Amino acid sequence: MNEPLLRELVPAVIGVLVRRGADFAAAEDAAQDALVEAVRVWPDDPPRDPKGWLVTVAWRKFLDAARADTSRRHREVRVETEPVPEPGEAVDDTLRLYFLCAHPSLTPASAVALTLRAVGGLTTRQIARAYLVPEATMAQRISRAKRAVSGVRFDRPGDVATVLRVLYLVFNEGYSGDVDLAAEAIRLTRQLAAGIDHEEVAGLLALMLLHHARRPARTGPGGRLVPLAEQDRGLWDTRLIAEGVDVLQAALARDRLGEFQAQAAVAALHADARTTEETDWVQIVEWYDELVRLTGSPVARLNRAVAVGEADGPRAGLAALAELDPALPRHTAAAAYLRERDGDPVAAARLYAEAARSASSLPERDHLTRQAARLNAALKRG
Amino acid sequence: MAKYLLLKHYRGAPAAVNDVPMDQWEPEEVSAHVQYMRDFATRLEGTGEFVDGQALSPEGTFVRYDGEGRPPVTDGPFAETKDLIAGWMVIDVETYERALELAGELSAAPGAGGKPIHEWLELRPFYAEQPTATE
Repeated sequence: MNEPLLRELVPAVIGVLVRRGADFAAAEDAAQDALVEAVRVWPDDPPRDPKGWLVTVAWRKFLDAARADTSRRHREVRVETEPVPEPGEAVDDTLRLYFLCAHPSLTPASAVALTLRAVGGLTTRQIARAYLVPEATMAQRISRAKRAVSGVRFDRPGDVATVLRVLYLVFNEGYSGDVDLAAEAIRLTRQLAAGIDHEEVAGLLALMLLHHARRPARTGPGGRLVPLAEQDRGLWDTRLIAEGVDVLQAALARDRLGEFQAQAAVAALHADARTTEETDWVQIVEWYDELVRLTGSPVARLNRAVAVGEADGPRAGLAALAELDPALPRHTAAAAYLRERDGDPVAAARLYAEAARSASSLPERDHLTRQAARLNAALKRG
Repeated sequence: MAKYLLLKHYRGAPAAVNDVPMDQWEPEEVSAHVQYMRDFATRLEGTGEFVDGQALSPEGTFVRYDGEGRPPVTDGPFAETKDLIAGWMVIDVETYERALELAGELSAAPGAGGKPIHEWLELRPFYAEQPTATE
């Protein structure tokens, strides 16, 4: 069965049901029920018109649910039947769903879950597995999210930045379970970029492509984290890099810089260097300057300090770092790195061990511990 | 089948035989240790005995209620003397002997010098479900 095709159809199916008079929450439930049935039935009995099949089944599920609901509440349900819309409307429906699922009234976790279900067409079980929570918990998160947006009008686009933040979050979750969330985020961002002409949508797509291109090189045996400088650049996906650079250049040409374009530009400069030594750190610092100007983000300042360390030497990097809050995530790890470059392995080893204790993931903890171990072993040998 | 919790400690357990802080190992020894733990979990998935496993950050705090309308009181970071759990694995096995056997294997994860750590793991049985037929 063609699961990607099936999932691509979900937003359009929801759109048809909403236009026929269903409210969003009921339409989304019905589309999900139809999706689950398709997964069951299609392998043995593939439909000739997949979308028509889904619409028919989802509409029937909706009517069944509405009738059950009506008989419970002893009141009439009024549903208007309209013809199945033109393809152009389907694109608009999908776009509206992006905005609805990323509505500012939702928490980030809820927006992510709702986006993956209503726009991504994933089942609650798949989303639950990807985020390592019980299915019942994820089902609750999604139904609460739907209640939260139940009063929102379906026909008005919102702020594209909210949608981009949600997609960025999905991308950064990586992958566990049977769904590759990074690949899913790319698919959803591509689909968004196809429907909306916006430089930051393109910027985010470029950023994702450029990072995804490096993924095969980012982990070694046993899930070991491989830092950028040590990655086997032969493993980078050159096709994705080329596409990412193209998308980014087209976005930058519009001369309306945003944070995702600036981040993508940094990623592109890394991707462009055949060896670590060829990296254009001076330009990278300039892009971080832009990023700091655009966002004021402490994380951007920290990354900038590390880049300054590469461009102007570790002393300059340490000086830039000294201006930042030491409680920032990865501040200690950055200090350790710059100390080592500055020829102080004793301090670096101590800082790496300290950074390992405050790491936010197991691969990061193990990586930092290994760095401390490497320096300590070298010091012991003299 | 019976479920057991295997608890690993950063500190607070009796000292291991091969008791060297991880940042004093060779880097390859750190990698070998991490690989051993992964392989152990994968093997138990294969035998149908693995339930769950998670690692914990050493950073944390105590929290308690401080009365209506007041923010909770916190006490942390943890003092150096505190018992500090590093992570857990839940297994579902036929017998207590099997649980002991597996805990022993996990305790033998390689450490400094590539030799087994012989660290102390805490093995705790879960309370079982109340049986439906009790007589």
